[in-house]
Amino acid sequence: MLKAFAHYVVYFLFGMEQGRLSGALEFFIYDTIKIFFLLSVIIFAVSVIQSYFPPERTKRILSHKREFIGNILAALLGIVTPFCSCSAVPLFIGFIEAGIPLGVTFSFLISSPMVNEIALVLLWGLFGWKIALIYMGTGLFVAIVAGMIIGKLKLEKWVEEYVYTIHSLGITQELVKQKFKERLVSARCSTEDILKRVWLYVVIAIGIGGFIHGYVPEDFLVRYAGPQNPFGVPVAVALGVPLYSNAAGVIPIVYALMEKGMSMGTVLAFMMAVTALSLPEMIILRKVLKIKLLAVFVGIMTITIIGVGYLFNAIL
Amino acid sequence: MEIKVLGPGCANCHRMEELAKTAVKELGIDATVTKITDIGLIAMHGILSTPGLIVNGKIKHAGKPLPSLDKVKELIKSE
Repeated sequence: MLKAFAHYVVYFLFGMEQGRLSGALEFFIYDTIKIFFLLSVIIFAVSVIQSYFPPERTKRILSHKREFIGNILAALLGIVTPFCSCSAVPLFIGFIEAGIPLGVTFSFLISSPMVNEIALVLLWGLFGWKIALIYMGTGLFVAIVAGMIIGKLKLEKWVEEYVYTIHSLGITQELVKQKFKERLVSARCSTEDILKRVWLYVVIAIGIGGFIHGYVPEDFLVRYAGPQNPFGVPVAVALGVPLYSNAAGVIPIVYALMEKGMSMGTVLAFMMAVTALSLPEMIILRKVLKIKLLAVFVGIMTITIIGVGYLFNAIL
Repeated sequence: MEIKVLGPGCANCHRMEELAKTAVKELGIDATVTKITDIGLIAMHGILSTPGLIVNGKIKHAGKPLPSLDKVKELIKSE
């Protein structure tokens, strides 16, 4: 129905001839409406779910867990616990102070930004639910494995010392139980917040995507980013690091690039680098991690993400 | 009454401070609003997601989305 609407607008309302420009415009109208509809609905639903899992609760759940089970739980809770990288430091200290193992804490810190609702919605809307599920599954896998490796390496000594000297003042938590209606109201708030923050990126990205769709030749990228090029994955990961906070703006472009021959594994690796390996978050985490631990973290993440890229290029 | 707003200094933390100050003014009560920006101190108060609001030593709010002005008044009045 949406497709028909976009078609109608371009060819009847605007009276355009079949061509590249009209193709790009049709793509743009169709995708913009679809993406914004999906974003509003899904972010709202996710916000309601998230209101049941405040970080304080996640901390309580994880504080009595051992490694492995803890890593799996932490990665899963990372999906439903709202997380903003500006709170990464108090969250990290709070987790460590509650006795949550370092590796488990990392599983959470990796999964939370990587398997985020905006990325999932856009992947679902543009690439289909299978790809969205694959992304989610692999994201969880990366978070669990990377967290377990960090746990096994016993790197507690590379956490800034002051973190261990912080002890809770034991302030009573009086977070009032919200009524369902209140949850809906604040979910609406955060949906508006998120949309306000990302809409421009999304529109611009869909615009660029539409342009690529209409003007770039069909197999343009096969040589550079196709499955046969061994450098495609590492280059995609390197390009993804500085693009943080623009997951919303990156995915529509990536979608159009995939049409032109970028392979699935490269797409997944790129997406993961965009969401999980972000420069601003590294700078924030530097406040609690010594540079060595930060380097180990980035190293393990980079290797795992590149591995995922090669794996999916080989099997998909 | 002692009100603390906890946050490292993001836009939402500033808004939370404004909200608390406005609420105090509109309620016409005698209260001090202090801002805590030190990350270690924030963590010591048991706040995991910022901004946090502590009234008389009790955590009343943590994280996003921010409460409305009416909600903040209600949280302060409940003490």
